[in-house]
Formats: sequence, C-alpha cells, structure tokens
Amino acid sequence: MWRDHLTEIIVFSVLFLLVSAMGFVAARWRAPKDMAHLDEWGLGGRSFGGWITWFLIGGDLYTAYTFVAVPALMFGAGAAGFFAVPYTIVVYPLVFLVLIRLWSVSHRHGFVTPADFVRTRFDSPVLALLVAITGIVATMPYIALQLVGIEAVLKTMGVTGESTVARHLPIIIAFAILAAYTYQSGLRAPALIAFVKDTLIYIVILVAVIYLPYKLGGWGDIFSAADAKFKASPNPNDGILLNGNNQLQYVTLAFGSALALFLYPHSITGVLASRNRNVIKRNMSALPAYSLLLGLIALLGFMAIAAGVKPLPGNSAGSSDSNTIVPLLFDQQFPDWFAGVAYAAIGIGALVPAAIMSIAAANLFTRNIYKEYLKRDATPAQEANASKIASLVVKVGAVACIVFLDPQFSIDLQLIGGVIILQTLPAVALGLYTRWFHRVALIAGWAVGMGLGMWMLYQIPNATTKRAHFGGSAFPLEKFGFDGSKVTIYVGIVAVLANLLVAAIVTLILRTAKVAEGVDGTTPDDYFADEGDPRVVPGDRRDATAAPEPVA
Amino acid sequence: MASYDFPEVCQMAAPEPEAPTTAPSRAKDHSPWNWLLFIPIVVPLIPALFNGDSPRLFGFPRFYWLQLAWILLGVSTTTLVYQMTKKRGER
Repeated sequence: MWRDHLTEIIVFSVLFLLVSAMGFVAARWRAPKDMAHLDEWGLGGRSFGGWITWFLIGGDLYTAYTFVAVPALMFGAGAAGFFAVPYTIVVYPLVFLVLIRLWSVSHRHGFVTPADFVRTRFDSPVLALLVAITGIVATMPYIALQLVGIEAVLKTMGVTGESTVARHLPIIIAFAILAAYTYQSGLRAPALIAFVKDTLIYIVILVAVIYLPYKLGGWGDIFSAADAKFKASPNPNDGILLNGNNQLQYVTLAFGSALALFLYPHSITGVLASRNRNVIKRNMSALPAYSLLLGLIALLGFMAIAAGVKPLPGNSAGSSDSNTIVPLLFDQQFPDWFAGVAYAAIGIGALVPAAIMSIAAANLFTRNIYKEYLKRDATPAQEANASKIASLVVKVGAVACIVFLDPQFSIDLQLIGGVIILQTLPAVALGLYTRWFHRVALIAGWAVGMGLGMWMLYQIPNATTKRAHFGGSAFPLEKFGFDGSKVTIYVGIVAVLANLLVAAIVTLILRTAKVAEGVDGTTPDDYFADEGDPRVVPGDRRDATAAPEPVA
Repeated sequence: MASYDFPEVCQMAAPEPEAPTTAPSRAKDHSPWNWLLFIPIVVPLIPALFNGDSPRLFGFPRFYWLQLAWILLGVSTTTLVYQMTKKRGER
C-alpha cells in the first residue's frame, strides 16, 4: 500500500527532518544572554519584528487542521464552510483595537498570559485562575486536532497499520521530536519553522489554484459541479449559496470565531512576542494575505467535488473521513514529488501551531497555577523550567487524546473550546477597556455562560454522524420557543451574551451592596505604553536594562 | 538605562481607563481614525450584500468573489488607520 506512495513519503520525510533540525538550532537564533527566563523561553524575548511576527502569527492562526478541515467542510456543506473567510477578515481590526492595549499593559507589567492581566486588573486570583483553566482546557483539544491534520496526510500516503500502536507510531515520533525542540528552544522554534511552513504552503496553494482550475475546466465548471452535488443531496442546508435558515448561523459563527480566536492563549502569545505597537499594527494590515490563501484553500473542497474525489473510509465501518479529501486531491492531480511537498506543508503546518499552543498553555500553568498556588517565590529560572516541563505534559496529553480516544472526540472538544474561550471575553477583552464590571460579577457571568453554552451544545444532534449530542455549533432557535423556526445561531454568541447580561446585573447588585471591588493594579497610561517606555518591575523580575530591545 | 521604580503601581482604581493622557505620542491612540476599523468588522457580516450568484466574476459566484474582495477592504482600512496613527520619529 505505502509502496505506491514512496516518492511522497521520501519528500515528506526529508522536509520534516529539515525543519526538525531548524527547531533545535533555533535556540541559538537571536540568542539571549539568559535563556532561563519565561520572557525568553515563552515569549522569544518579546523582541520579534515585523517579518517574524507575520510568519509567527500567520503560522499560529492558520493551522494544519484549518487547511484540512475547511475544504472538508466546503466539500460536505458548501457555502456554510466559507465562514472562515469573513471570520479571518473581522479578526484583524479587532486585534488592532483590543489586543494592542493588552500588549502595552503586558509590556509595562511583564505579563505573560491574559490571566496575569486579569489578576492585576481585577485584583482577583480566583478570576485569574478561571481564565487560566479556561485557556488550558480550550487549547488542549486544539493541539490534538493538529494531529488529526497530520493523520489525514499519513493515511493518504498509506502509512497506516492494523494495531492502534502501529497506526499512531509516526505521529508519536513526530510529536516526540516536536516536544524535544520546543523544550529546548521555546517560542523561537516555531518562529523559525514558520518561515519554511508558510513558504511551502504559499507555493503549494498558488500552484494548486492556478493549475487545478485549468485542468478541471475552469472555475465556472468547478462551481457547477459543486452546485450539482448539493442539489442532488437530501440535506436542505447545503448548497453553493446560503439560505434563509443558515445566514444568521453564518455571520454569528464568523463573528464569534473571530472573538474567540484572539482570546485563545496561543494568539495572545504571538502578539505579546512582538517588539512594539507598530509591529502589531503593521501586521494587522499584512496578515489578511493569509485570509486570501485560506479562501483559496477552502475552494479546494469544490475542486475535489469537480475532480470526483471520494474520501477514504473513517475509523468506524461505513463512515468516511472527509478530512482526507485535500490530500487525496493532491495525490490524484499532481506528480508524486509535488504531492509530497504539499503533504509536508500540511505536516509542518501542524507543528508550528502545536508548538505555540503548548507554550501558551504551559505559560498559563506556570504563571497562574504554579506561581500563584504552588510556589509563590519561584525564581525566573524556576518559572521557565516549570513551563518547559508543562509543555511536555500538554503534548503527551494531546497525543493520548488521539491515540486512545476517537478523533471525533477531539473535534467535539474543539467545538466546545471555541464556546468556552469566549466566556473570558468580559474579563479579558472588555477588561482592557473598562473596570466597570465587578470581579465577582465576572465570575458569575463566566459560570452562567459556560453552563448555558454546554447545555446548548448538548442539545444539538448531528444527522450525518447519527449522534444525539454535541453534533455541531448551530443551535436551532425553535428550542428557545420560536416554534417552527428553522433558523440557527452560533452557540458561543448566545452564551457570551448571557454571560455579559449576568455580569452586568450582578455588578449593579454588588455595587448597591457596596461589596469590595479590589484594587486596580494598572493605570490608564499603561494601555498606551510602547517600546522604550519604562517597565514596572515587581519584586525579583529583571529590570529594564535586561530588555532585549535597543533602548537608548 | 537605569532601572525604574514605580512606587505608585498599586494606586487606587482609576474609575475610567479612557481618561485622556497628556503625552503627545499617546494621544494618537484616541484618534478618530480608529472608528474606521468598524467598517471591515461590520461589512463582511452582512449576508444580504454577498449572498447571491450574479454577477459572476471569472466564473466565481458573487458569494465567493465579493467575500474575497472584503479582504482588500480590511487591508486598506487597517493600512490607512496604521499610517494615520503610527508614531513617527525615532525613539
């Protein structure tokens, strides 16, 4: 089986080993005087300029899973899968407005995680702990999903086995290598590898979107083939356009996902690693280049329809794994060596975000659990060490999810992850603008948002996979009492609105009752601080002289 | 560069973090140009604009080419706001 794909496997392996070597060398790239500090290991010294940030954040947000799952969604449902495009357009102005304030306040106070900020802003270790746990829980399945991306590629190359161990061995090896160089090089590793990953992806996709339409008879024919497929299917909600019932879902999903995306710890890590405010602003105008790429990648789903691709069978009998359609399309349409390059692009594409996510989750653990509750007097070196070990644990957990659980379970958890990370919006994103909300009210709102979100997700069945619960994120409004309505809405938006409502009401009550609000550790000026502005240096953290930036 | 000491770190809560600052380099963050950023947030979320087939462009239904065109809208707006609000001069 795999012998038919020998060229692909060789090209894939060579490129994979090349970037692994880069990952280890990265520790010496822009080497700091002292690596044993969380700012260095976990944030690359907060020193990344425009280009590195562009590749790092781009490599971080557009993951291997995106490249595999978005076309799969287009293949299965049509227009609804294109939500990824408005989603990644809307996110950048939001970052421009909101996260830039987080960068400034973090620069001043040495915050490494969003929970650090919440801790100081609202003077509430409990709220910070909730934000940290939410971040870790939401990130774990996201890392596991990156493995699903690699698996789709390996499956297409015929690298599978009968037993559980044989089937997963390549992934276990890949992740062991990833874990080793992340441990050694920290955020510098994915930053350096991102250059290779994105260059490969850009080449592959540009070739694909020029060559494939030419081969398949032009864009008109590709859309006609997709239209014909959806017209023939019994599902009322697929098609190459949206209908009256799924438009609300489309826009709320795009908007909710955009809000969730910049609350994810790994995107915050990418933003905090940049050198100054201008680097972030400039990147917000340059990063949409990736959205164009994503839009074109999404259309690979329709090309697969036009090319008559049939997805490989899934893990259970009778099911099909639609995540394999893009690898299959390349296998079918391109020479072996080029398909190998494309597979390597997807495989390496999984490593960059997986590394950043595990670093972000590890930083949350170190700063907001280890230092807060386990070892209050931890030195910077001990912090960095705790983070390194936590990043290993996180990756072992992600591999275990894939090896021992049904991959579908990771996909469900990822769905839940987007909804729960949104519940940190009032504390983190609105907290950057206002301290109006009471800390206890924010906790109450978080609890209500989480509860409602879970309940709604539990109520959603999935007709295709024949599951009664957690079948998707589109909630039918009729369950709220709008009888006969087939209109659906994204669960996350409803949950975060409930969260905000409760937080506002409880704030008013607590304020009337004059419950203590704690002390704000930040000043209005902190939200505009830039490179070169003095840092507030609490306790034993290093002072501004050690800052890697060239301050005069 | 000396190390800085900020004894007033834990001062009382500011009731409103949006209070105007006096430093000229920072005042730009309150720039009205920032309001322009709401255009690329709102426009891509109005399905009435793009949910249709005609006119087609290079074989793409409007649903697809117009949404891809919003990327240009996003890029030009953020670039404009960046140029208008960026800090000039050397630090």
